[in-house]
Amino acid sequence: MPEVMTATRSPGEYSAAGTILEVRNLESWYGESHILHGMNFNVKPGEVVTLLGRNGAGKTTTLKSIMGIIGKRSGSVQFNGRELIRMTSDKIARLGIALCPEERGIFASLDVRENLLLPPVVRPGGLTLDQIFELFPNLKERLKSQGTKLSGGEQQMLAIARILRTGASFLMLDEPTEGLAPVIIQQIGHTIARLKKEGFTILLVEQNFRFASTVADRYYVVEHGKVIDGFANADLAANMDKLHTYLGV
Amino acid sequence: MTSITDETLPITPRAVRDEMIVFVIMAALLAIVPFTGLYPFFVMQALCFALLACAFNLLIGYGGLLSFGHAMFLGTAGYCSAHALKVWGLPPELGILTGIAGAFVLSIITGYISIRRQGIYFSMITLALSQLLYFVYLQTPFTHGEDGIQGIPQGRLFGFIDLSKPTTLYYVVLVGFLAGFLLIFRTINSPFGEVLKSIRENEQRAISLGYKTDQYKLLAYILSGTIAGFAGSLKVFVAQNASLTDVHWSMSGEIVLMTLVGGLGTVFGPVVGAFVIIAMQQYLAGFGQWVTVIQGVIFVACVLTFRRGVVGEIAHLFKRSL
Repeated sequence: MPEVMTATRSPGEYSAAGTILEVRNLESWYGESHILHGMNFNVKPGEVVTLLGRNGAGKTTTLKSIMGIIGKRSGSVQFNGRELIRMTSDKIARLGIALCPEERGIFASLDVRENLLLPPVVRPGGLTLDQIFELFPNLKERLKSQGTKLSGGEQQMLAIARILRTGASFLMLDEPTEGLAPVIIQQIGHTIARLKKEGFTILLVEQNFRFASTVADRYYVVEHGKVIDGFANADLAANMDKLHTYLGV
Repeated sequence: MTSITDETLPITPRAVRDEMIVFVIMAALLAIVPFTGLYPFFVMQALCFALLACAFNLLIGYGGLLSFGHAMFLGTAGYCSAHALKVWGLPPELGILTGIAGAFVLSIITGYISIRRQGIYFSMITLALSQLLYFVYLQTPFTHGEDGIQGIPQGRLFGFIDLSKPTTLYYVVLVGFLAGFLLIFRTINSPFGEVLKSIRENEQRAISLGYKTDQYKLLAYILSGTIAGFAGSLKVFVAQNASLTDVHWSMSGEIVLMTLVGGLGTVFGPVVGAFVIIAMQQYLAGFGQWVTVIQGVIFVACVLTFRRGVVGEIAHLFKRSL
């Protein structure tokens, strides 16, 4: 295991007034397994923040903990000043937070149209179907296809598309590029850039930092359930060696 | 570019069209039954059980909740209707409404208790509640214990439809069955039904999209219990009695069997399953207790060889939704 390097900047350095999401000492458990050991980070409005880390570091668990779909959690997660730690998942979703899970969570017995229209509109400002089809033209052609009959890329597009309709302004995308062809990864990259331009705030979980570098404003490196480093995209080149060590690439 | 909105998206996919065509064929076939020489009592009884199985299927097939106590709705509505008709002397329409109301109230109470549990725990709680109710009905004077309520008057529906005539009663039961079936059909093809399916597939995901899934499940449970109660009320007019058999756990088991044989999660499966099981009981009655053994063999054969059930296998073969 590589030696854990000292962070050049404290993750807390980015803490400032005007953050949309503030995570403090977040701890989570799967049954008896203690997964997160005090996560600290924040996200500002309109940013794309990426959590980087190896498998099992706790990135996905962090997203699930923010969303409230994990057995036990403690610490503090504040979204727009509201504490989420004791809130149920459906209420968290209604605040405008949406999760696009790693396994995509497409409902197999529903077709594309039904999957798209299923999530409740939680607040105004969601994308219209026209805008969604402009982002993902493939979906328009596959409206009547069952969820299971889509390719991996199409499933990923659908998983992202359906949360855009809900009016959620804070999107959490869990490894959206995993297992996809380069051309689809490129399309997803364009989509994230476009969403950022339109004012969405995005918390991205990625192992592929080459992809992340095309869209992210800032990075946090997660290891053993903690944020061990953080830097801005502008400092990526300077931190590349460290990043290689952290991620073991 | 043509504007695409929620309203202009296709609302009648091929699956629903197929199902509507089969529904019309089924309704037409059932409508000509009195002219075929088939024993109407058998078909009426099968229709009541078919509606009951459809109500059960709404919960397990679309909501993923296996209730092992659905007989309590059948029995409770039966007792309520029978009491209202025989003791209070209410007309048939009010007798039916009393039964439905009884099942409705019961489903709210039992649903509230059981709906927060999942899987085997939900099944066990519903079984325990139905057994509890069985023993209550065994002791309560108004049910007449093991004798049950016998000789229930059929009366005149709305004052002019004479239910003592078998053909008239048949069509009333048929209309009741079709109405209940259409209500379930509409429910599973509505946005509410889609949310139910999403809960069945991945409840955690449905919650994280912003749905209060317990509320949806409770609503489905109440709807299922109330429709099962409607089936119980109709059955009172057919059998002219209400007995403990309808609340017994073995009746809940039969409902599960009917749904599995016909096809879990299919629209028409429970109807076919109910007809198969009732036909077996009717035509194999000469074998006495062996009917139960034969049912057991069929159940095992069904699970081992065609797990999708009769309708499920046909639908799979023709790649259609039925």
